[in-house]
Amino acid sequence: MQTKRTVFPNKVLPYLLIAPQLLITVVFFLWPAATAFWQSFLRQDAFGFKTNFVWFQNYRRLFADPLYMDAFGHTLVFAVSVTVLSTMIALTLAAAAMRVLRTSRIYSTLLIWPYAVAPAIAGILWWFMFNPSIGIVAYTLRSMGISWNHLINPDNAMVLIVIAATWKQISYNFLFFLAALQSVPRSLQEAGAIDGAGPVKRFWTIVFPLISPTTFYLVVINIVYAMFDTFGIVHATTQGGPARATEILVYKVYFDGFIGLNLGSSAAQSVILMVIVVALTAVQFRFVERRVQY
Amino acid sequence: MVENRPFLNFLAHLVLILGVTIVIFPVYIAFIASSHGPNDFLSGVVPLMPGPHIIENYSTMLSSGMTSSGAPPIGPMLLNSLIMAVGVAVGKIAISILSAFAIVYFRFPFRTLAFWMIFITLMLPVEVRIVPTYKVVADLGMLNNYGGLIIPLIASATATFLFRQFFLTVPDELMEAARVDGAGPLKFFRDILLPLSVTNIAALFIILFVLGWNQYLWPLIVTTDQSLYTVVMGIQRMAAVADAEPRWNLVMAAVILAALPPVLVIVAMQRLFVKGLVETEK
Repeated sequence: MQTKRTVFPNKVLPYLLIAPQLLITVVFFLWPAATAFWQSFLRQDAFGFKTNFVWFQNYRRLFADPLYMDAFGHTLVFAVSVTVLSTMIALTLAAAAMRVLRTSRIYSTLLIWPYAVAPAIAGILWWFMFNPSIGIVAYTLRSMGISWNHLINPDNAMVLIVIAATWKQISYNFLFFLAALQSVPRSLQEAGAIDGAGPVKRFWTIVFPLISPTTFYLVVINIVYAMFDTFGIVHATTQGGPARATEILVYKVYFDGFIGLNLGSSAAQSVILMVIVVALTAVQFRFVERRVQY
Repeated sequence: MVENRPFLNFLAHLVLILGVTIVIFPVYIAFIASSHGPNDFLSGVVPLMPGPHIIENYSTMLSSGMTSSGAPPIGPMLLNSLIMAVGVAVGKIAISILSAFAIVYFRFPFRTLAFWMIFITLMLPVEVRIVPTYKVVADLGMLNNYGGLIIPLIASATATFLFRQFFLTVPDELMEAARVDGAGPLKFFRDILLPLSVTNIAALFIILFVLGWNQYLWPLIVTTDQSLYTVVMGIQRMAAVADAEPRWNLVMAAVILAALPPVLVIVAMQRLFVKGLVETEK
């Protein structure tokens, strides 16, 4: 690991410096993760009197459970929709902002603040707009002959959380796309223009390939966001309903653990989620390493 | 741009204005709703123009809140959010900068092991290990106090990496000169390294403040005592009863009050925020 040419010679001091962080990491991260791993092999009776070691039974039950498979499906639909929508909208806005560079600072300021809004608050804002009895969007949809009720219609509920999650994520993607677009050399664009390529052709053949690393990075980050940071959106609006149609994986871990008190199953779900995060993080880091040479 | 095309410039403005409108619209609606009396919603759709009850609604929320519906007043909740956000931000920065200093400026056994132990926290978001973490906090008697709200959230791998990357770019000569002058590591840290890191610390503080303010799941499970509710999680309790007893004006006033502080911080500190964001994430 990289370090300085010369270092301080102290023997004890570095341990003291690093101790607070390591202590918190061990107590609140590593120990709970290890407990989750251990617990995922246990089965407790409802009163907590007896605990059996059951090997992979919790996992087998999970994968045989249609509800868990459904939650996987919902998460997939949700994460893909949010990722595709938020990157596409953000890229369009960033490309537009690049064209009008002189005024783009004003537009950026107006576009980046949703980053600061909590997911739960974003959920409530859209939930209010789509409220079947008084919401403005529900009212407009009704006047166009489309009935809307996310309280009873599963598809409506999914659309609601996708919109809220996308709305919140656009600002983040916009900033990264804008930074990437600004780093594309102007001379390349000018060369393309001299060769007679129009703005649209130039964008897809010159600019887009150059910003593709950023796009890839954002796709991974957006998947992580949609899978793990959207608990607040779901909990504050649909609570996984109606008929569990918006129950995504992080919500199910919470629900089965705290409401259902099925600790073994919740722990097994935690372990599965950890495996997913590790995989996504590994992908992200391989990309970051490549990016350094790039 | 490369060539002058007025139509494309017009189109760009159009796209941006449309984007800004969509981004602002939900908050506009919430703000309008918060300025009306409770009876203005009976017509079946939310009004589009401001109403006359704005001061009344906000002062009701700040002083008494929706106590009748089981939610505490919003003033104390805002204070709790502030304590939590500042606590998380300061705590993360403090322990991260110290451990980054140890990792970069010292060579000690288990240094690589320590580095990887910190690194692995990147992969364990609180949502994923929620039940066992709750159990640890409960066993330590940290439920329903500020310690339990803040301390489990302050380990941060990204902040440690940011400081490590930054320290690696600080010229070695500075440290050598300090050593020749007889300065020990702590004096070097305080008099040279810390002043050099001020911009990084400020940028990081903004992002971590927003992160701490917006916490939802963690306060939801570690606080059952109303006097410790944070505003973002408290709002869910109000919204849940809003359908039974339609007081949308008050709920939306609370939403605006909860969203405002982090938004103001980011808009005011835009430049630092962008710097911090791009550096922490890459």
